[in-house]
Amino acid sequence: MSTQSIAWAKTEVSRRPLVEKLHEWVTTVDHKRLGILYILYALLFLAFGGVEATIIRIQLIRPHNSFVSPQVFNRMFTMHGTTMIFFVAMPILFGFANYLIPLMIGARDMAFPRLNAFSFWMTAFGGFLLYFSFVGGDGLYGAGNAPDVGWFAYAPLTSQTFSRGHSTDFWILSLLVSGFGSIGTAINIIATILCMRCKGMTLGKMPLLAWLNLVMAGLVVLAVSPLTAAQLMLLVDRYLGGHFFDTQAGGSAVIWMHFFWIFGHPEVYVLVIPAFAFASEIIPVFSRKAIFGYPVMVAATICIGFIGMSVWAHHMFTVGMSSAANTFFVLSTMAIAVPTGIKIFNWLATMWGGQIDFKTPMLFCAAFLFQFLVAGLTGVMMSAAPFDWQLGNSYFVVAHFHYVILGGIFFTLFAAFYYWFPKMSGRMYNETLGKLHFWLFLIGFHLTFDFMHIPGILGMPRRIYTYEPGRGWDIWNLIVTVGVFFQAAGVLVFIGNLLWSYWRGKVAGSDPWDAWTLEWSTPSPPPTYNFATIPEVKSRRPLWDLKHPEDPDWQYE
Amino acid sequence: MSAPSVTMPEADIRWSLPARGPAGMYCLIAAEAAIFTIFVVAYIFYIGKSVSGPQPHDVLRVPVFLTICLLSSSLTIHFAIKLLSKGRVISFALWWLLTVTLGAVFLAGTVREWRHLIHDEGLTIQTNLFGTTYYSLVGLHAFHVTVGLLALVTVLIFTLLGNVRREHTQRAEVLSMYWHFVDVVWVVVFIVVYVVGR
Repeated sequence: MSTQSIAWAKTEVSRRPLVEKLHEWVTTVDHKRLGILYILYALLFLAFGGVEATIIRIQLIRPHNSFVSPQVFNRMFTMHGTTMIFFVAMPILFGFANYLIPLMIGARDMAFPRLNAFSFWMTAFGGFLLYFSFVGGDGLYGAGNAPDVGWFAYAPLTSQTFSRGHSTDFWILSLLVSGFGSIGTAINIIATILCMRCKGMTLGKMPLLAWLNLVMAGLVVLAVSPLTAAQLMLLVDRYLGGHFFDTQAGGSAVIWMHFFWIFGHPEVYVLVIPAFAFASEIIPVFSRKAIFGYPVMVAATICIGFIGMSVWAHHMFTVGMSSAANTFFVLSTMAIAVPTGIKIFNWLATMWGGQIDFKTPMLFCAAFLFQFLVAGLTGVMMSAAPFDWQLGNSYFVVAHFHYVILGGIFFTLFAAFYYWFPKMSGRMYNETLGKLHFWLFLIGFHLTFDFMHIPGILGMPRRIYTYEPGRGWDIWNLIVTVGVFFQAAGVLVFIGNLLWSYWRGKVAGSDPWDAWTLEWSTPSPPPTYNFATIPEVKSRRPLWDLKHPEDPDWQYE
Repeated sequence: MSAPSVTMPEADIRWSLPARGPAGMYCLIAAEAAIFTIFVVAYIFYIGKSVSGPQPHDVLRVPVFLTICLLSSSLTIHFAIKLLSKGRVISFALWWLLTVTLGAVFLAGTVREWRHLIHDEGLTIQTNLFGTTYYSLVGLHAFHVTVGLLALVTVLIFTLLGNVRREHTQRAEVLSMYWHFVDVVWVVVFIVVYVVGR
């Protein structure tokens, strides 16, 4: 295999001017370049969101702190949440999906390359709009400059009366515009997976990453659209004087919550299902075993997709719903733990008896398994409405969802970075730096988010600007903030590793992990057209078949 | 080149996949349906909750003629596609023109209806909850009709320039799927706004 990555690598002898190269990147419709653009763009916003998180935590490091003003604090948590969900997590996952799916299913590009570019630039424009609010948000009123309504922007806080100026408008427009981008990409992913697979790759032979991203894209289509609708209504209220969420004219503030969480909860699965996809590709390769229970994994994912659409109001137990609604959402929320549990058992069974190689990607996946389990357990705790009445809107909730998003999603994302970095750049990353990143981030993560549960149980509400001393919260907040610096150091090591390896890393070759999916059959980085000849597959692990003609997989599947 | 030659000699698999155009359009329709669902839910939720007049039964007239126009345009576009698939471009252009006309009549009717509501009845999007939900839902649909009409007119212009031939049937069909969807949404809007809500 690796001997065949030849010819085109050396053809560009003369160096082209920088402007020409940049022009190529701006006008590209190549799924790999767009994937990388998505990822780089998201990393930029990761830095913004990280700085905002650090400001929040420094403010809370001790009681009666005044590191920032209350107004700035509100802007920071709003921008942190919005940035991390819409402009870090989603674009990174879309970037990986864009880059990997055509390579994994043996296609030369996505189904709609120009739609792909359009979607990326819409998302990019959305992020620009959000951050432009720092400059243009105060409008004519001298009002606050960045959105400060919280990332779920409950009514009536978002009405003209309470949000003067344009900060909330920037928030609405940026989510609306990036939502169009997300829907475009999701449509593209679905059409690509359904219509562009290479010969022999039936749905049952697709890599799990493709399957899981198919479900994710379906969720985006069905869940981001309601957010678009809700944002349109909010625009009607703010600009045209409508009354959708205007309680004085008979409108309802609660219906905004429903509309937002109809998007908001499936969004969690939009983010976590691609994370599952990374784990499902990486764990088998570093355990040297085929994935355990492939059909069950697919079925569990589809189950999660369906149930995930019907659990949204568990975000609203504290609002006060009818007991019938409470019961339904308690039960559906608990039910979703079942397919998720099945997945965890399948990953464990994949590792069981395997020759586990704890390279950096596998370390991150192992930590993911443990942390995602804990996150799921606190999730089941809070799915019980009475428990939620006690702890809703406390730091316990904040700890829980950061456990999901950081401990679950970001750990697998880092694993994915290290696993596919050789494919994307052609260079190996530095293993020592990778492990340093892992341990720094692991220690920081657990310092911050393990201990964040405790002030929550002790009654500390989320989003408060500061607190009184002597409530038993002080020491915990100090520990939580200390953890942030370990995480920041870890991320710096990570960025340094990427940069250093890109220029100085040793050449990776086409298949450094001895892996089994089609992307490893192309040179690293793959040529624009991916495959000179479109491959044909007979099993879920085509490269295994190729490397072991005496014992191919298709004899058993 | 680097493609794995995993082909096994004994089995030659038959391989056909769905076309990407319709697949993409079905996804877009699903996304649009989700958007409309939220607006319809809001409309139904707010029926009868306006704290001041005018109320729907005071001012709304059932647009039977417009509904017939829009729904029959689904039939005409269907015939147009059939004709194009047989290569009869001129008949296609006539049926396509009829579709555009029916859509335009519908839009003009909406304009008249809104003029009546705003000018004669004094109902604007600011007046009450009914106004807010009515103009949003009907307006969102009218916006989709407008976008569809622009696309239809583009195809019509290409046809008149002689650039539409039999091999473009599938592309025209993808556009017709969107048009059918807009019609189906009207059925829902009609029932919700003019039957249930009135």
